[in-house]
Amino acid sequence: MADKVIYAMYDDDNVLKDGAKKLVSKGVKVSEVFSPFPIHGIDPIIGVKNTRLGIMAFIYGLTGLTLATIGMRYFMVVDWPMNIGGKPNFTYLDNILAFIPISFEFTVLCAAHGMAITYFLRNKTLPGMPAQNPDPRTTDDRFVMELRTSENSQFSAEELEAMLKETGIVELDQKDVA
Amino acid sequence: MHKEAAIREPLILGHKTYHDITEDVCRPIEDKAPRMWYILFGIALIIGLYGVGCILYLLGTGVGVWGLNKTIGWAWDITNFVWWVGIGHAGTLISAVLLLFRQKWRMAINRSAEAMTIFAVFMAGLFPLIHMGRLWLGYWVLPLPNHFGSLWVNFNSPLLWDVFAISTYLSVSLVFWYIGLIPDFATIRDRAKKPIPKKMYSIMSFGWSGRAKHWNRFELVSLVLAGLATPLVFSVHSIVSFDFATSVIPGWHTTIFPPYFVAGAVFSGFAMVQTLLLIMRKAMSLEAYIHTKHVEYMNIVIMVTGSIVGTAYITELFISWYSGVEYEAYAFINRATGPYWWAYWAMMTCNVISPQLMWFKKLRRSLLFTFIISIVVNIGMWFERYVIIVTSLHRDFLPSSWSMHYPSHIDIGVYIGTIGLFFVFFLLFARYFPVLALNEVKSILKGSGESYKNMPDDHHAEPAAAEAAPKAEAPVEEPKAEDSTDASDDAKGEDDSEEKKEDNNDNNE
Repeated sequence: MADKVIYAMYDDDNVLKDGAKKLVSKGVKVSEVFSPFPIHGIDPIIGVKNTRLGIMAFIYGLTGLTLATIGMRYFMVVDWPMNIGGKPNFTYLDNILAFIPISFEFTVLCAAHGMAITYFLRNKTLPGMPAQNPDPRTTDDRFVMELRTSENSQFSAEELEAMLKETGIVELDQKDVA
Repeated sequence: MHKEAAIREPLILGHKTYHDITEDVCRPIEDKAPRMWYILFGIALIIGLYGVGCILYLLGTGVGVWGLNKTIGWAWDITNFVWWVGIGHAGTLISAVLLLFRQKWRMAINRSAEAMTIFAVFMAGLFPLIHMGRLWLGYWVLPLPNHFGSLWVNFNSPLLWDVFAISTYLSVSLVFWYIGLIPDFATIRDRAKKPIPKKMYSIMSFGWSGRAKHWNRFELVSLVLAGLATPLVFSVHSIVSFDFATSVIPGWHTTIFPPYFVAGAVFSGFAMVQTLLLIMRKAMSLEAYIHTKHVEYMNIVIMVTGSIVGTAYITELFISWYSGVEYEAYAFINRATGPYWWAYWAMMTCNVISPQLMWFKKLRRSLLFTFIISIVVNIGMWFERYVIIVTSLHRDFLPSSWSMHYPSHIDIGVYIGTIGLFFVFFLLFARYFPVLALNEVKSILKGSGESYKNMPDDHHAEPAAAEAAPKAEAPVEEPKAEDSTDASDDAKGEDDSEEKKEDNNDNNE
């Protein structure tokens, strides 16, 4: 089935948000919104779920903390107990105060980089990836809403366009996708 | 949309649209660089290369070419290291701590402050590396399997904590900065006309398209990174202070060091931000985005942290007497009245007295005064580290080994060279990178932009709302009046208002 993508362009984020609200209330599925900056409050309207990257950051941080603890215990207590001014070094707990700074730093290191790498991979934004915004102006001052006929089978393309025209768009464009 | 109180001064002056913001930030990148940029870049490059030459000479000959001796084993190298790390504290503080506090004024300055942070930490990292003497063995600080010798690195040592702290700080700041840059690189990519810049910015923008889901992730990642970077900022300079505080040298062995170093770092970092931004806003005509109010906010931070530093100095002095430890007392008497008295009093004047002048509203809103104070503070903070390090060491436990430190020309060359290199990096940044966080500034335009704040309600205001217009306008007059008094303060302010008029004309056309 031939899929048609309709791009409706707006010049104001609030107009787009109101438009999306209206369309969604009529049962239209908005498949994507492209904007030059985050539009607050658009996610629940078009059905974008909140990201779970925060949970991943916590897990990465915990991994970092564990690695740092295991590492320092092995280096400083098991493999070569270092006698520094006769301070106790027989168990990890005896010496734990000296290990806190590095445990903290390594936790932050792993959490931050782990999350950043996950973020890039999940977004599929990596060096050299092609840009996918439908119009170069969407990174400047234009906001584009994307509708697909395949996701809105109860409406014809003409009906969708007519509905979009009521929402204060500035430009309308459509593209056939195989 | 979040509305801001009308009595708050607008953060974006003039009648800007989203497109104007893009234009204002991208124009300096797309246009040919002005003559002045080439001149400054040339000067910075020459100074930087001289520094590199000094470093190469040092590496070829040995650390002996510095003015160190057996009593004073640490002097300019570690002074410069701590000074640069301190300067590198403002960027992450602005972008992380102020993000958590939802301070919108940070959005105009965070990008360049973070760039400054990263370049300053580069310069800081250079000093421990070259102090190793054998730079090529620098990787020995990593916990590597011990076939390099019989021991692991010492995890009890603050010097190793420092390795972890500085490298974590540098790499996390870099990632934080770059994630924020990606959407702005995409803006430049989509505007670029010439093939080579287009290709370059398209690689650097990682194919960013501004999808709703991506923005959702972007905001969370920024928030979590800010949450992680906030304790990191405080930990880094605390750990730097442990290098001294965990030793047994009178004058170093004090528990006040961590908070005192952190406050000092923020103090000097903000001063450096002021120095750079006051020039940058002028050179790149960003006066509408970084204006007197931003400068005032930063001056307040300088005033507060400067007062903390001043209190710390006096506490230190008091405790050296009150503790009854005669070695401790002598260390401080020697600082104030010994052969290095001039360094001590230079530090006291620059760091304790000068920030107190910021209590006067007229002074903290004067751009020229701010610029002078920002340089004074940076000089003062360099002396602070010099005083702490050299005066505590030079009169040893054995009077027979008492000594003085005289910097060699290599000492001076390396230091001046890092300033040159720092400016080389910063000028390249200002030329090729968006110096304002475009996407963040755009997101506050409606809440804090001057023209939007003056608007009675919103675009679709009904006549009823329009009636309320005179009422709503009244409080907004206030900041304007202040601006005009400011204009008479100094020449820069005057240029500001002219600039604003021009902007208005542009929009009328």
